Amino acid sequence: MPFSNLPLLVYIYQIWEEEGIEAIETWNVGEQQELEGDEESKLSIALDINSTCAKVAFFIISKSMNSPTPQFVPSRLGIYEPIHQIGIWGENFKSNGNPNTSTSVIVEVDNKLENESETTSHEMLTASKNYEQEASKPIDKIQRRLAQNREAARKSRLRKKAYVQQLENSRLKLIQLEQELQRARQQGLYMGGVLEGSHIGFSGTVNSGIAAFEMEYGRWVDVQHRQICELRTALNAHISDIELRILVESGIGHYFELFRMKSTVAKADVFYVISGVWKTSAERFFSWIGGFRPSELLKVLVPQLDPLTEQQILEVCNLKQSCQQAEDALSQGMEKLQETVSSTVAGGPVDEVSYIPQVATAMEKLEALVSFVNQADHLRQETLQQMSRILTTCQAARGLLALGEYFHRLRALSTLWATRPPEPSLP
Amino acid sequence: MDKVMRLTTERGVVLFSKSSCCLCYAVKILFQELGVTPTIHEIDQDPEGREMERALMRLGCKAPVPAVFIGGKLVGSTNEVMSLHLGGGLIPLLRPYQAFC
Repeated sequence: MPFSNLPLLVYIYQIWEEEGIEAIETWNVGEQQELEGDEESKLSIALDINSTCAKVAFFIISKSMNSPTPQFVPSRLGIYEPIHQIGIWGENFKSNGNPNTSTSVIVEVDNKLENESETTSHEMLTASKNYEQEASKPIDKIQRRLAQNREAARKSRLRKKAYVQQLENSRLKLIQLEQELQRARQQGLYMGGVLEGSHIGFSGTVNSGIAAFEMEYGRWVDVQHRQICELRTALNAHISDIELRILVESGIGHYFELFRMKSTVAKADVFYVISGVWKTSAERFFSWIGGFRPSELLKVLVPQLDPLTEQQILEVCNLKQSCQQAEDALSQGMEKLQETVSSTVAGGPVDEVSYIPQVATAMEKLEALVSFVNQADHLRQETLQQMSRILTTCQAARGLLALGEYFHRLRALSTLWATRPPEPSLP
Repeated sequence: MDKVMRLTTERGVVLFSKSSCCLCYAVKILFQELGVTPTIHEIDQDPEGREMERALMRLGCKAPVPAVFIGGKLVGSTNEVMSLHLGGGLIPLLRPYQAFC
C-alpha cells in the first residue's frame, strides 16, 4: 500500500464557482497505516462528472502534521507530482442542480500519483461513506475544522477585495491631489510675488474672484465632458437635425460662457488669466493671450469636417486667412505692450531709491492687457461663430466633438505627464 | 466735435488713435497687412485731443480709440473691425482703398 509510512493529511477541496476554495473533507491518511483492498482501489483520483463543482482542487500538505498550512501549487491534470503538490482540475462540470453536492476526490498517494479512470458518482459516494464509517471518530473534529477553514478563506477573500479597491481609490486620489498641489503651488508663488512686489495692498476681491473662477471652471470642464459624450452618442445614433442643432447651440454657448467667465476674472486679475495656471500643463503649452489660438482651432477642426462643398472650402479658406491676420495683429500689439512696459519699468536712473513713478506708469500701461485678453477671447468667439455659420448642423456637431475631444486629450496628456515615473537620479 | 466730423468725412480709411495705445497699434498692423494706409489721427498729440475723445464717445464708440471710419461711415472699435474681418465684410469695404506695393 503506497500510503504506508506516510503521515499525510489530504485535504479535499471543492472549489465553488465563485467562492473559491473550501475544504470539505479531510483525511488524516497517516492515522491509517493501511487501507482495505477496495479502499485502495477507490483511492484513485476520480471525478464525479455529475457534480456541480466547477473546479476541484486537492493538495497534500507536507509530511509534518505540524504545518497544517497547505502548500498550494497548481499543476495540470495528469501531471504526477511528488507530495506537496496539488492538482487543479479546470474543467467545468455539469450541474445536477444542487450546489451542495460534494465531490469526493480520492487521492492515491504515492511517490507517483496515478489518475484512475473516472468512476461513477455512486461509487464515489459509497467509497467516501465507507471511509467515513471507518473513521467516524475524527469526523466531528474534521467537520469543525473544515467549517472554520471555509469561513477563514471567505473572510480572507473579502479582505483582499476590499484592500485592492482601497488601493485603486487611493491611487486616483493621489493623482488628483498632486495636480491640485501643483496648481496651488504655482498660484501661491504667483500670488506671493504679486503681494510682495506691490506697495498697494490687495483687497480680498482678487482672491475671491479667482476662487470663484476656479470653482466655476471646474464645473465648466465637467459639463464640457458631458456634452462631448452626448454629441458622440447623438452622432452615432443619427438623431434628427433639429435635435442635433440644439446640442450644437448649447455646445457653442458653453464656450461663450467660458469667455464671459474669463472676462470677469480678467478684471479681478488679468495676470491670472494670461498665466494660464487655471489650465492643465499641456493646454498651457499652447496658450496664446490666455487661451487657445483661433488658428489652432481651425487646424484641429477642418480635417474632421470632410466632405466640404466647394463653397464651404472657399469660406473656410478665407476664414483661416482673416483669422491668421487678426491673430498676427494682436500678437504684434502684445509685443508692443511688452516693449512699452519694459522700457517704462527700466526707465529713469537706477541709483534712485524711489522707483515708484516708473512702476506707477507701468501700472497704467498694463491696464491695456485686459483689453488684449478680451480681444483674444472675442477672436475665439468670432471664429467659432463663423464656423457655425459656414457648416451644416451635422458638420458643426462633428466639429464640436473634435474640438472638445482635442482639449480632453490635452488634459489627459497633462495628467499622464504629471504621473510619469521619476527619472533615475544621476550617480 | 466739428473737427472730428470734418475728419471723418475725409475719403478713405480714417483711424483715430493714441500713440501710447497698443491696441490701436494692432489695428494699424492689420490695415498694413491688408494693404491699406489709413489716415491716422493721434488724438493724444492733438491740442483738441480731449474734445475729440468726447466727440468720439458721443458718436457711439465704447472706447474713444481705436475708432475706424471707412468712407465717412463709422465702423467701430477693435471688436467691430475684427468681427467684420472674420465675417469677410472688411475686405470689400477696403477694396477701393487697397494699394499693394
